[in-house]
Amino acid sequence: MEYSPPPFFKRGPSLLTRFAFFSLLSVVLLVSDARLSYLYVLRQVVAVVVYPMQRLSAMPGELLARVGDFFVTATQLQRDNEQLKRQSLLDAASLQTQQALTNENLHLRQLLAMRERVSREFIAADILYGARDPFTRRVVVDKGFQNGVKAGSAVVDHAGVIGQVTRVFPWLSEVTLVTDKEQAVPIQVQRSGLRGVTFGIGYDGTLELRFMPVNADIQNGDLLVTSGIDGTYPSGLPVAIVTNIERNAAYAFARITCTPAAGVNSYGQVLIVLSEEKLPENPIPADEGNAKPKKARKGATP
Amino acid sequence: MRLPSASAGAAPPQEILRPVRTSYIAITLLVALALNVLILPGFLQILRPDFIALTLIYWVVYHPRRVGFLPAWLLGLAMDVADGSLFGQHAFAYAVLMYLSILLHRRIVMFGMRHQVLHVVAILGVAQLVMLVIRLMAGADFPNVLYFAPSIVGALAWPPLFNLIRVPLRPRADPDAV
Repeated sequence: MEYSPPPFFKRGPSLLTRFAFFSLLSVVLLVSDARLSYLYVLRQVVAVVVYPMQRLSAMPGELLARVGDFFVTATQLQRDNEQLKRQSLLDAASLQTQQALTNENLHLRQLLAMRERVSREFIAADILYGARDPFTRRVVVDKGFQNGVKAGSAVVDHAGVIGQVTRVFPWLSEVTLVTDKEQAVPIQVQRSGLRGVTFGIGYDGTLELRFMPVNADIQNGDLLVTSGIDGTYPSGLPVAIVTNIERNAAYAFARITCTPAAGVNSYGQVLIVLSEEKLPENPIPADEGNAKPKKARKGATP
Repeated sequence: MRLPSASAGAAPPQEILRPVRTSYIAITLLVALALNVLILPGFLQILRPDFIALTLIYWVVYHPRRVGFLPAWLLGLAMDVADGSLFGQHAFAYAVLMYLSILLHRRIVMFGMRHQVLHVVAILGVAQLVMLVIRLMAGADFPNVLYFAPSIVGALAWPPLFNLIRVPLRPRADPDAV
């Protein structure tokens, strides 16, 4: 006869059943997150619950840091003041030349009937912490879609490009660093004007410039700046500096390693680029027989 | 042959504790969540043990009827959002952890602290291994050996945590006692 516990010991489903149920549920979530990305809303809901907890637990540390800031010594302030004065003098000189150049540039652009560059809006954000997920290179900043941040916005600091916003929560957003695995940034070599795309390596905090021919005009120490052709990153921002080039004739492409120009591993303030550049309409019509794109193309060609 | 004594290797003497309230369990788990999402500077972040996992193991081992799979799984989802990892990754790991802890809970209580630590390091390690396999399947690289550091630190944190959770459960000294 089959043994079963008497009905007054209520035990519920067996351990294995419960385990199978919950692991199956997890697998469903994992697959739908990794492959289908349906879970945006669910993530938002859980984030609303977790967020206050995160802020609350961060509070003692912030308080401590503020107390530390309060006790800055006078010598430190004097030194900073001195340095800033010197810096502002230097900046003033370059600003004056820049003013002239901006005017000239504007004039030339108008002459050429070029599309005026959209002046981009920036929003300053603080890096709260590095994401704890050890498999990715991300940081979390304290501005979310309540502040107008959108997924896909570029993130820069004073020295160059940090990365791109990949997930937006109401008051936080996650920024994937340029050094994250397979994170791509379209670049241009500042010295030679050569275009390319850098990819993050992932594990050692460097970038790789892929698909460059062996005889490409690239040297150690070259500065790679954003080319701006993707419409996400504003053009001309430093991305990385070439540190190592392996030219092996046996391969079609050179192996070029770069280190990021911006402080991707330091914590501080960053700027999130809010407005996207309005690119002209795609001249290739999505479906044939549509008259509208044709018109746009006519206008675009000089 | 040495007789078993109350040393670190033998079973701890049975303590008489006050009954556990569900609210106390919930508070410990929430504190564990807060400790898990706490922002720590650089190196401490790598070494930080998974407090939720440890607290869950404690409750499952000593009060297996009080904490079920559902709270563990939901805490896993909260951790996934806080960490920005794949959705369901921590949830799956905590389900595995619950399964192992429930399976082993009768064994673990029979051991002394030193041997309990060995059980805990195994359970935490398997939970982390589950997460590693999930991420490798999703296309990530193996981070480095330090990835497993939280398991070891977590196991070392087991004895103090064990005592800490029990502090409010110890009977209060009766002022009228002779």
